[in-house]
Order: sequence, then structure tokens, then C-alpha cells
Amino acid sequence: MGRWAIAVHGGAGIDPNLPAERQEQAKQLLTRCLNLGIAALSSNVSAIDVVELVVRELETDPLFNSGRGSALTEKGTVEMEASIMDGTKRRCGAVSGITTVKNPISLARLVMDKSPHSYLAFSGAEDFARKQGVDIVDNEYFVTDDNVGMLKLAKEANSILFDYRIPPMGCAGAAATDSPIVMNGLPISIYAPETVGCVVVDKEGRCAAGTSTGGLMNKMMGRIGDSPLIGAGTYASELCGVSCTGEGEAIIRSTLARDVSAVMEYKGLGLQEAVDYVIKHRLDEGFAGLIAVSNKGEVVCGFNSNGMFRGCATEDGYMEVAMWE
Amino acid sequence: MVGWAIALHGGAGDIPIDLPENRRIPREIALRHCLDIGVAALKSGKPPLDVAELVVRELENHPDFNAGKGSVLTTEGTVEMEASIMDGKSKRCGAVSGLTTVVNPISLARLVMEKTPHIYLAFDAAEAFARAHGVETVESSHFITPENIARLNQAKEFNRVQLDYTAPTPKEPENCGDSQIGTVGCVAVDSAGNLASATSTGGYVNKMVGRIGDTPVIGAGTYANHLCAVSATGKGEEIIRGTVARDVAALMEFKGLSLAEAAAYAVDQSGPRGTCGLVAVSANGEVAMPFNTTGMFRACATEDGYNEVAIWPKN
Repeated sequence: MGRWAIAVHGGAGIDPNLPAERQEQAKQLLTRCLNLGIAALSSNVSAIDVVELVVRELETDPLFNSGRGSALTEKGTVEMEASIMDGTKRRCGAVSGITTVKNPISLARLVMDKSPHSYLAFSGAEDFARKQGVDIVDNEYFVTDDNVGMLKLAKEANSILFDYRIPPMGCAGAAATDSPIVMNGLPISIYAPETVGCVVVDKEGRCAAGTSTGGLMNKMMGRIGDSPLIGAGTYASELCGVSCTGEGEAIIRSTLARDVSAVMEYKGLGLQEAVDYVIKHRLDEGFAGLIAVSNKGEVVCGFNSNGMFRGCATEDGYMEVAMWE
Repeated sequence: MVGWAIALHGGAGDIPIDLPENRRIPREIALRHCLDIGVAALKSGKPPLDVAELVVRELENHPDFNAGKGSVLTTEGTVEMEASIMDGKSKRCGAVSGLTTVVNPISLARLVMEKTPHIYLAFDAAEAFARAHGVETVESSHFITPENIARLNQAKEFNRVQLDYTAPTPKEPENCGDSQIGTVGCVAVDSAGNLASATSTGGYVNKMVGRIGDTPVIGAGTYANHLCAVSATGKGEEIIRGTVARDVAALMEFKGLSLAEAAAYAVDQSGPRGTCGLVAVSANGEVAMPFNTTGMFRACATEDGYNEVAIWPKN
């Protein structure tokens, strides 16, 4: 009998000037989600089910960039995407262009379990959702005042803005000049992707992974990022489960999530070595982070950005919630 | 000094050995023609990225292959095309899905790669992007062929999603040998070892509206890096979970396999027989075209003079 392990993330790349209150809220959310996952794992819920329920919690909470609280498109609407993968038989499901489904990760799961396909998007995905009877809401449900403010700032700056949550009273200007860190060509104060994800290995040694996001603030309609792409933002095999976050282009080109498993399978590396390897060698000039579990009950986080919202726990009682190195 | 190489495909699937001449010959001619223009382009020094794009454009324009004109139909009888392209040296890539009026999806994928900070645009927004950039568009009906309407009806009748290759059914002898089409793709390498891959498709006959396959997913249907360029075809859902195109390169890099070994292994592992095929070239000018289906429309050529157009396995 193996040992379970779980990790969650709320995005890679954090402004060093992030207000303390926000840091605290993030930690509390991550802790709460970890505890949810831990309780489920202790009652023998399977890895794929735990991934789904934890990501649902992250989507429902408006703090991070997924579900409610998603970043806004250039038109002020929300377009969400998500993917989920069950390592056991490498089954997967993904959705993009979701506008009325309360929990995109659950729709991705339904695509995996209840459709003949692996990836559904836009109106086709929405139709499928209705036929499956999932929770449907108006697009406004997902839009928060914070993000409406951020979108205005982003348009003023005429730049793509990740879902950085700062008080909307002009602090962004000050922070922008203070902070020398740059991601995706933008100062870190206006870039902070808070894509969410969860990876789990259960007592049977089954690995699973899931990722969910609203994407980039002020993004073009119809833009798809790494989160719904199997092999890029999400991957799970018999050996491991991986969820990534950060600069989407870098994650896609480097097929980051798949590569963790590939170096384990083809080079025989252990989980820590595999994560270190891909973070160090696969990202070129890109910034990203990931969380991963192995079928041996290990859990590893890795990132080359200046921080990553994350939490992890293992069956032997280890638990940690962190943001910085 | 290694030479250039190019390989292209018009889809892998259950292509019956007794495919009638009137179905086989036009496709062989088309493959030969596309090979010739690809070779001419490489010889004239065009970068592999340009070569892969122009060959795929040609395949998209040909109505007998499942891409662009001649795309298979969704369950609603509409066309939803997708494509992706990747440059091996820079690993830059572009992808599009859900296109209904864009004449050459592969060129729109390239535009996404070169003219936006993004990699992947889809559906209405991708169509709007095309118009904003003056890309050639036509009425959707342009892409729909009588053969594909027949295929859709056949699939509906059997109430199943099928690969675009289907063995003929005893009940409809007039469809005998029909549906010999699939995703199209091209990979190319020049003598400096620059690699590129491009793939384009209409998807699955009778697919759900909004269904995305492996073709626009980088690492699944398309991949290129400094070692090789790969374009895959077959059952999209299997190719996605198998990250087939990426795996060829990963096997070469992490397990030290040769192109031929890596390509064969990736196809083998992709799923049950009848799942997939691929074309691949390496930085050393080698070519591999393995498939675990009955056949794969394919062609390749290398600088040392070798060239081939084929459908079934060589004995």
C-alpha cells in the first residue's frame, strides 16, 4: 500500500510588493484546499476525485484566477479553460472558451468520462454542459470588482495583464516603478498569473492532475493558453501527476508537464531530479512553475519565477504552504 | 555534410488494399505534386518553416484530403478546421481551431505565431483575427464536398464517431473505397539542420461541434525542436494522451534512440493498432514514416536523391 501526497498551486510569479493582506488570504485559501484534499485522501477518495474537488474549491473562491475571480478578456467578459488527467490509463479531458459553467474542471472531467472526445471548446462545450446538467450561471457571476478595476488599468497601460490583485487605487503605478522583475515583458506588478492546479497521488499509487484558469487579463477573445493543453499545463501518467503555471508560451513550447514524466520514464530520473531538470533546462527564457507528485508518494514544487503560491502535504504528516523560495 | 529532407502525409487510417483506381490515383498524383513543390522550395533555399507551410497549403486546397477544402463534417454538417505549425530552432509555434471560412488554416496558424503574443486562437475570435489581417476567407460551403456529406450520412447511420478512413460497408458498394482521407502534414529540414512541422485537419467525421483533436495541440499532432520535426495523424484522442509528436523527440533526446527507432516506438505506444501514423525528419536529414494503421498516404524525399510516394506498408 502506497502513501498519499497532494499539492496545490495558485500561480507562479508574485510581486514582491504584494500587500500583506493578500498574501495572508492566499495562504488561507491554499491551506483550506489542502485540508479538503487531505480529508478526502484519508477517507480513501481516489486521486482523480480529489483533484476535481480541490480545483472546484479553488475555482469557487474568487481570490485566484479561475472560475469566479477569473481574469477578464478585452471585452470585460470571462472565458475559462481547464484540463484534468487520470494517470492510471492516461485518460484526459479539457475545455476552453467556457463562459457559463460554474466549475470548468468538472466539465473537463465530464468530457473525459462522458464524451467520445478529449477536448471540447466554446459553444460546443457549453452545449455539452447543458446536456450534462452541470451548474450554469450568467457570465457576470465570474466577474469581480477587483478584476474590473484591473482591466481598466491594463487597458490604460495597453498591455496584457495577468491577474494581479492589488487594491485598485492607483498603487499599480507606484509598484510598477519599484519592481524590476519582469515576466512576459511586463513589470511583475502588473503580471501575476494565478492559474490554479492540484496534483494528487492516492494510497493505491494512482496519480492525477488538474489545472484551471481564466487566462490573461485583457486577453484577445478566443485565446487559448497552456492550461487546457494536455502535455503543457497538465499531465499525469502511471509515474506522476503534474500541473504548471506561468508564461503560457514557455509552458507550451517546452511541453513542460509531459517532460517531467518523460524524463522519469526515459531517463529513469526520480521526481525531484525530473522537476529540477525541466525547470532548469526546458524553460529557456521563460518563467514558470509546477507542482508534481509521484506514484511513490513524493511531492515536489519547482519554479524559476520569483515565487509561486503553493501548498503540499504527505501522508506522514508533512504540510507546507508557501509563496517565496 | 547532411542534406535536406522532407516528408508529408495525407492521413493514416483503414485504407483498403482494393481502393479503386479512381480514388487512389488522384491522391497519389497529389502527393507527388506536393512533394515536388516542397523539394523545389528546399532546393531554392526556402526555410523549412516556409516549405512546411506551403506544402500544407497545397494539401489543404486539394479536396481529396481532410483539411481545408475536403474537410470532414461535424455532426451538424458544418466544417470546423484546425491547424498548427512549429519552428524547431526557436520552438515558436502557432495554432488555430474552429475555423469555418478561412481558406488556409495553416497560414492563419502561422500568423498567430508571428503577429500575436499568443500561440493559439480559436473559433469566432480566430475568424475575426483572420478578417482583421485580410486573410483569404470564403463561404463555408466552399469546403464541403459531396463525398463528405456522404461520409457524414454513413457515420450517422451507424451512429458512431469514425476516423475519416472507414472500411467500406457491404450495404453501400458505391462507397467502396471511399473516405480515404485524413489529417495532412509536412515536416522539413534544411542542410543546416533547421527543422519545421505543420499539420492541418477537418477532424473527425460526425464529431461534436467544438471538438478539438490532436492537430492544434503542440506536442500531440505537431512538434519540432533541434533534433527532429514530427507531424502525426490518426485517432486524435489517442494522440493527445500519448503526446505522440513530442515523444519522438523525447525518446531521441532522453533515451538516445535514432529517429527511426523513436518514431516506431512512439507509434507503437500510442494505442491499439489502427490508432496512428506520423512523418518525421531529423536534423541529420533522415526520414521516418511509421504507422500502425492499414495505410497512410505519404511521400518523402532526401537530398541524396531518394524519393517515395506510398499508401500501404512496403513489403
